[in-house]
Amino acid sequence: MTEIVKIAQTQLLEPAGLDDSHIGQLLGALTSRRIDYGDLYFQYTSHEGWSLEDGRIKSGSRNIDQGVGIRAVNGEKTGFAYSDQIDLPSLTRAARAAREISAAGAAGAVSAGNLAVRGGDGALYQPLDPVASLQDADKVGLLKRVEKVARDADPRVTQVMASIAAVRQTNLIVRHDGAVSADVRPLVRLNVTVIAEQDGRREQGSHGGGGRVGYEYFLKAGRAEHYAREAVRQALVNLEAVDAPAGTMTVVLGPGWPGIILHEAIGHGLEGDFNRKGSSAFSGRIGERVASPECTVVDDGTLAERRGSLNVDDEGTPTQQTVLIENGILKGYMQDTMNARLMGVAPTGNGRRESYAHLPMPRMTNTYMLAGERDPGEILASVDKGLYAVSFGGGQVDITSGKFVFSANEAYLIENGKVSTPVRGATLIGNGPDVLTRVSMVGNDLELDSGVGTCGKEGQSVPVGVGQPTLRIDGITVGGVAVGA
Amino acid sequence: MANEEIGATVEPGDGRIDEQRLHDVLDIALDHAKRKGASGAEAVSSTGDGLGVNVRMGDLETIEHNRDRGLVITVYFGTRSGSASTSDFSASAIGGAVDAACSIAALTEDDSANGLPDADTLATTFPDLDLYHPHALSVDDCQSRALACEAAARAVDERIVNSEGASMSADRGVDILANSLGFRGINRKTRYSVSCAVIGKTGGGMQRDYWYHAARALEDLESSESVGAAAGRRTARRLDARRLKTAQAPVLFEAPVASSLLSHLVGAISGGALYRKASFLLDHVGRQIFPDFVRVRERPLIPRGMGSAAFDNEGVATRERDIVTDGILRGYVLGTYSARRLGLATTGNAGGVHNLSIEPGPNDFGGMLAAMGTGLLVTEMAGFGVNTVTGDYSRGAAGFWVQGGEIQYPVEEITIAGNLKDMFKGIVAVGADIDRRGNYHAGSILIDRMTIAGE
Repeated sequence: MTEIVKIAQTQLLEPAGLDDSHIGQLLGALTSRRIDYGDLYFQYTSHEGWSLEDGRIKSGSRNIDQGVGIRAVNGEKTGFAYSDQIDLPSLTRAARAAREISAAGAAGAVSAGNLAVRGGDGALYQPLDPVASLQDADKVGLLKRVEKVARDADPRVTQVMASIAAVRQTNLIVRHDGAVSADVRPLVRLNVTVIAEQDGRREQGSHGGGGRVGYEYFLKAGRAEHYAREAVRQALVNLEAVDAPAGTMTVVLGPGWPGIILHEAIGHGLEGDFNRKGSSAFSGRIGERVASPECTVVDDGTLAERRGSLNVDDEGTPTQQTVLIENGILKGYMQDTMNARLMGVAPTGNGRRESYAHLPMPRMTNTYMLAGERDPGEILASVDKGLYAVSFGGGQVDITSGKFVFSANEAYLIENGKVSTPVRGATLIGNGPDVLTRVSMVGNDLELDSGVGTCGKEGQSVPVGVGQPTLRIDGITVGGVAVGA
Repeated sequence: MANEEIGATVEPGDGRIDEQRLHDVLDIALDHAKRKGASGAEAVSSTGDGLGVNVRMGDLETIEHNRDRGLVITVYFGTRSGSASTSDFSASAIGGAVDAACSIAALTEDDSANGLPDADTLATTFPDLDLYHPHALSVDDCQSRALACEAAARAVDERIVNSEGASMSADRGVDILANSLGFRGINRKTRYSVSCAVIGKTGGGMQRDYWYHAARALEDLESSESVGAAAGRRTARRLDARRLKTAQAPVLFEAPVASSLLSHLVGAISGGALYRKASFLLDHVGRQIFPDFVRVRERPLIPRGMGSAAFDNEGVATRERDIVTDGILRGYVLGTYSARRLGLATTGNAGGVHNLSIEPGPNDFGGMLAAMGTGLLVTEMAGFGVNTVTGDYSRGAAGFWVQGGEIQYPVEEITIAGNLKDMFKGIVAVGADIDRRGNYHAGSILIDRMTIAGE
């Protein structure tokens, strides 16, 4: 038994008085009708958050949630029930509800197996409790330092809002055949938002970061102070911003967080469920050119301590690096077990769920483009007239039409190869299957984002990462207000 | 197999929610907070269950049973506070949550705006808003409704070749709010919804669209067939969409998306944005923000309303009021904390507004198209490009180009941009085609001019 599985069993099963024979009974109930797949997903989540405003620690909260999700899959059909009471009667009731997806009396396609540990090495991050990684008084001190750095950075700063949050999620997954996996996932983040005021005009700036580490991460390498200064810098840039241009133009995207374009433009469209159902603009296009030869894009759940990383996914499948696009050619989709089975391919470790109360589905982990060979300065110098966007808010995609948007919150005009005037926030819109065919230059400066991304799909939120080097895109629509600028 | 006697399924209506348990949980939590020395405390206990059935391409896809419960407690030590929550209703877990909230309060700082609401603002009458209509719906009932919905959508047009499916869901829940001032208020709610999304395909590519209906009582739910047919029509009309040239033009927001403009108004007049000076409508009470024909009302007591509530998240009585009359902003959206920060009185909006509506004008949807003449009809928007601090607005859009008051062709991959201050003042007309499915009720809204970015 691995250390991680032991931690999970101690936290999830022992307090409820559940042992292997009880788990066996539940699997027996689940597989007593014809199913192809089933699992019990035990989860315990502890969360805390602290926030500072007006120089005061304004609020704090601690939340504990635990429960078990029970799933039975038969062909393309799924039955699901959950319980936030971890005891045998509640779980038995949930198992019986889940299995009603299959008719009574049908022969079992799979039968319950003996319990055997399958996965849970826990190599990508420590199974630590980030809530306990710092004394409460030091958490307060961290927020106060962030506020002081932001206030001291510039007299035009009128408001500083800072928050930290930590969560520890312990998962134990028991598959119908008895395969047992576990993961203990720490996650912390720190966010700073400032408002700066000048001549009656107010603008906002924000920054943050985090990962699957303890709070001490923010105390190292001046990270917390860097987030504060970045938030101030962005607010001050926006105080000088003019109206953004409107229309289709050459856009250079900076490295790191602007990789949200990959998440929206191609990532969601390459999730297995949409492609099995034929509802994605990328459906049936494996082997086709969907990007310029400079572009290689991967989804990688195995990056150490990254926000989007998982030792095993929420079905117990080890994560991996999956090549989505190689030298511009579409190579593969991201899969959970159900969609992989129905499409006749291997799962890729992308089966994720927000919690025990949600069904898993194919989701991204850390999605990024590999570095190219261009110097970023050379890329900017190549543009006579265009937009240089370095920071973004959220994005969204219609996977069926392929149209995606993402909203810049720090951007500049490019004039004669030089970065010039900052422009107000604007939404960029494009078509996923062809936007990357217009990538004409890829920088050598690959960066991953700082660790604050959250992805929403069908009402479920999961932490993700993105990244990319500097990119030049020869034509994407910029939704500013200035026509003919 | 042990425990065979446990009931197989629970659906809305076939069992009673144990409200006494919710009261007991609150008693334990408030007593514990008092023993820990808290000067005040507020707690919400809740429980609910539900059933959701999805079908796709004429066959069952998922059956989901929901069953949730929770306790959230906030404790006050003078003007310091801390909060915690748990989904475990054991006495030890409740005590642990209260202890956690108290230990947090010890580290937060004095803030004179912090604390329970003033006693005289708390609701004392609890009108029956008719929000609870439990009805035993079986999996088979839900499945047949969802199947009928999807079939109706797929039958609309032969170009509808694929489906994301249809779903029918039934949920019920009870939550009880109590505080150490003796307030105790109960919310009992049911919600039924049917929805469908289908995909059409031509040589020009694929399009999807959807429709849904939701109601507090099953008998008020629109027929599955009519919801499905609407989804089918909305998808079919989007096929072979084109782009537009970058230009400025009038924009008509179809009713289902027009309500988002009301939500941006609420975001900008909410206490949190105001006391942080993070709103483009800071200090705008008493000032003209819309044309003089615009009236925006909050009506919290509409029977069976989706946003109806007799008291807000702090127990403060809600009340009917005008937020905008004659185009002039008359009040903000405040809870106790933000009201105290601003030196004002709470408006009973801790947790948000309740059934906000913009007064309709005389035109139906056709009349609104005619009023626009030539311009862009927006039926769907994407992205988060709305800045409450500055009012800057830039969102992805899809819809139809309109000429001479007639829809000409579908358009996509465009953005619409402006500033909300100008957009609010630029409202030309509000339609009578009100969408009442959610908490914001608006007819279609015509704005004189926005920038459309395209080719």
